[in-house]
Amino acid sequence: MSSNSFNRRSLLKGGVALGAGLAAPTIFTSSAWAAGYTNEPTGSTVTFGFNVPQTGAYADEGADELRAYELAVKHINGEGDGGMLNTFSSKALQGNGVNGKKVVFVTGDTQTKSDAARASAKRMIEKDGAIMITGGSSSGVAIAVQGLCQEAGVIFMAGLTHSNDTTGKDKRANGFRHFFNTEMSGAALGPVLKNAFGTDRVAYHLTADYTWGWSQEGSIKKYTEALGWQTEAAVRTPLGAGDFSQYITPVLNSGADVLVLNHYGKDMVNSLTQAVQFGLRDKQVNGKDFAIVVPLYSRLMAQGAGENVKGIFGSTNWHWSLQDEGSKAFVKSFGQEYGFPPSQAAHTTYCQALLYADACQRAGSFKPSDVGAALEGFEFDGLGNGPTLYRADDHQCFKDVLVVKGKENPDSKFDVLEVVEVTPRAQVEYPADLLGGELGPYNNGG
Amino acid sequence: MDAILLQILNGLDKGGAYALIALGLTLIFGTLGVVNFAHGALFMLGAFCAVTLKALLSLEKVVLDETQQTAWGTPMEIRTPYIEAWLGDFGVTLLDYSVPVSILVAIPIMLIIGIIMERGLIKHFYKRPHAEQILVTFGLAIVVQEIIKSQFGANPIPQPAPDIFAGSADIGSLLGFDPGRVVYPWWRMVYLAFAGIVIGGVFAFLQFTTFGMVVRAGMADRETVGLLGIDIDRRFTIVFGLAAIVAGLAGVMYTPILSPDYHMGMDFLVLSFVVVVVGGMGSLGGAVAAGFLLGILQSFASMNEVKSILPGIDQIIIYLVAVVILLVRPRGLMGRKGVMET
Repeated sequence: MSSNSFNRRSLLKGGVALGAGLAAPTIFTSSAWAAGYTNEPTGSTVTFGFNVPQTGAYADEGADELRAYELAVKHINGEGDGGMLNTFSSKALQGNGVNGKKVVFVTGDTQTKSDAARASAKRMIEKDGAIMITGGSSSGVAIAVQGLCQEAGVIFMAGLTHSNDTTGKDKRANGFRHFFNTEMSGAALGPVLKNAFGTDRVAYHLTADYTWGWSQEGSIKKYTEALGWQTEAAVRTPLGAGDFSQYITPVLNSGADVLVLNHYGKDMVNSLTQAVQFGLRDKQVNGKDFAIVVPLYSRLMAQGAGENVKGIFGSTNWHWSLQDEGSKAFVKSFGQEYGFPPSQAAHTTYCQALLYADACQRAGSFKPSDVGAALEGFEFDGLGNGPTLYRADDHQCFKDVLVVKGKENPDSKFDVLEVVEVTPRAQVEYPADLLGGELGPYNNGG
Repeated sequence: MDAILLQILNGLDKGGAYALIALGLTLIFGTLGVVNFAHGALFMLGAFCAVTLKALLSLEKVVLDETQQTAWGTPMEIRTPYIEAWLGDFGVTLLDYSVPVSILVAIPIMLIIGIIMERGLIKHFYKRPHAEQILVTFGLAIVVQEIIKSQFGANPIPQPAPDIFAGSADIGSLLGFDPGRVVYPWWRMVYLAFAGIVIGGVFAFLQFTTFGMVVRAGMADRETVGLLGIDIDRRFTIVFGLAAIVAGLAGVMYTPILSPDYHMGMDFLVLSFVVVVVGGMGSLGGAVAAGFLLGILQSFASMNEVKSILPGIDQIIIYLVAVVILLVRPRGLMGRKGVMET
């Protein structure tokens, strides 16, 4: 009998000691220490989750978002011409994936329904191991999915969502938005409307009766009333009303000389078309030419309204006709891949994928709190909107906003809008506490 | 007063669409006893007949101009519509009138679709419970709309009215109002007149032709008509085709008012069912009367003066009326005694 005898217990002790010794050099690096966050990638790939409307009313926007995401993944992995990676001010990404891992992706269908969007995001996180979720084409969906990602401990990079609430009262630490919001639309449109129509105007609002519509109406009223405009009425219309004639006829003799259509998508196409059919664009009221304003324009939707958009003012996050190096690189890359120019939905989602990947690379980690810290206060350029800030206080991007007008003589079916003003970032910035809400702490899950 | 007149016009115009769809629905129910939830899809298919014809008339010859480039670096495409090149001014006019011309295309197409739908699927469910009929026809509607979406995309596709009908008519000045107080789009008035003509045509067909007489007899007592040696099933199949044509034409002519998309049929279907229930299942006159009545009620409920007293009433008025009718008179305004009363 010997105290030095070699037995199973001593073998285990020795193994543990050896393992700890070998791990020591790496255990203090961020990625190794980060064990315990949701879907920490362990293999040679990392999975992004693209949650876009593949069916339903916004399926065309969703399809464009997906095209942009696929292009972004190609560029991040070093395939294709590199697109806006070549013009992006951050040079962290080297075209070899993120943190040495190749990016792969899974997709989900939001159907532009909050419950379906949450279910598809949950499936991508729990079953497919998605490290992040991005996409969407509606504020209601964005807010719902953002909440889910906060609970699940993954980052949410919002797609096309314009309501103030996404980075206002419903903001979450794990959520980030590149797209602009209704507050910025109001701030950008106000001066342009003043120049075009003067300060003595009476506005009549038709507003889609849900979170985005209320947000848009509030912002436009705020900025137009500050100009001296009066608001004759603000009428809520059911989402997807189809025929808006019963809401448009009261405008005719209301005394209003401006109609503001706080509608998006199919509602915008129908209400604008019908307003023009009722002769509002050619009408004279109070000795002035009647005007119609569509605060949020989408080129895909403007195509649906056809000739009715001619001369109608609105705002947009980005347009393919911009001539900065980033926009040109993106339009070239997207156009050569798919044969037509990208929409603003494609642009914002491409940017979000690149910004997330870049933040992970700079953080050297995929851990939500590390990635969030890398995005917070991040100043960048070269992605098509001029110098941009991802503000730390509310995770909202601040950049130039475009005021556009329906083009009178389009050259092609894609050429329906013209940029009338690039509103500088300083003009659309606002205090972080203006829109309320609390970010709260990051959730890394695990 | 001008506001009331405008809302009456709105209601008549909207009611025209409801009545046309409901007319076909109730015709199918009255003859075949089938609750057809795919009827909205027929309205949508009619609209897409117009979209397809316009797309065909707009086919373009594409020539690449190597001297100019797109923003993404490929040669610029110079596009010239074939129809203009081949037919000159007549081609341009044909393109302008593509919506009314689509009626000629839609009639045979909708007839064929209706017959295929009835013979291929719905006839197998005649003796099944209404719940199963609803499920199968609703499923069919979803399949049809997904096919349309896969071919045409999800976004609305604009179909302008002919230039001559663009803009509005100042009908107020004819009635003694100040100029510009009561204006109404020309195309909506065309639609209202069209709805009246189609409804009148269907009634005349059923009332004044031998075929119509047999169909009415079959609606009243199918068994006896069969015992007389008349193949009533074949006639009812043609009635299904007729209902499909009516729904399709309603869709064709509605395209300048509502840019068509794959979902437009579903939007109208629910309202049209309520119209049928309020008018009385199987009652043709009831469907038309209820269509116009509910259209007008919906328009009045949307007036700011009404909404300020009853917020949200515009969104529930039709269903509210349906609830009241079902409680007070379950067979509907003009329904036959015994139908839907048990």
